[in-house]
Amino acid sequence: MSVIAAHRNHPTYWAFLLHRISGLALVIFLPIHLYVLSMAVGDGARLDAFLDWTQRPLVKLAEVVLVVLLALHMAGGLRLLAVEFLPWRDSQKTLAAFAGAFAVGAGILYFLNVV
Amino acid sequence: MSGRLEIWLFVFQRLSAIVLAPLVLVHLVTMIYAVQGGLSAAEILNRTQSNAIWPVLYGIFIVAVAIHGAIGLRTILREMTPLQDKGSGVIAVLFCALVLILGYRAVGAIA
Repeated sequence: MSVIAAHRNHPTYWAFLLHRISGLALVIFLPIHLYVLSMAVGDGARLDAFLDWTQRPLVKLAEVVLVVLLALHMAGGLRLLAVEFLPWRDSQKTLAAFAGAFAVGAGILYFLNVV
Repeated sequence: MSGRLEIWLFVFQRLSAIVLAPLVLVHLVTMIYAVQGGLSAAEILNRTQSNAIWPVLYGIFIVAVAIHGAIGLRTILREMTPLQDKGSGVIAVLFCALVLILGYRAVGAIA
């Protein structure tokens, strides 16, 4: 295995990649999310029409994925802050695992409540 | 590339992250709680208008996420696309402005 492949095949490399992917996905989603919320103005009829559309299973699945990405970006971001500003610790893989577990847990909780 | 600019962007990215972390946690808990009975405009407005703290929290959320998302987007564009400093900077500023405008309208709608 080459040196490059070896350093990429590490949990913290995947944590780095997932932080970028989740961040980019949230950047794309955010303007749409805010635009939809602004439909609540007045009697909220436009927002209700949109919320009806979100009852589709595929939309709910997309919501669960977004919840996981948001939770992952937050927990992974706290991991990054710990790496940068707290004393070094050897349990880097454990921190990454905690971030992943937090994201999966948030996704499961959201899924169980939205279905 | 201006070294001073990069340092300030680094600092603002971390400061905005520290502001965002508890707000995202509140947002996650609120979402999980709010979807239980299904969402409607009336339910959302009842919740967000029940206490003046909500529009304030969301207002802070918008400003912090506009900064954080813009700096993060710029970093990705600079490091992973052929775009140079100027191009990625322009897109980041446009994103920041878009989120601030849409966010201001959204918070106004639910306040």
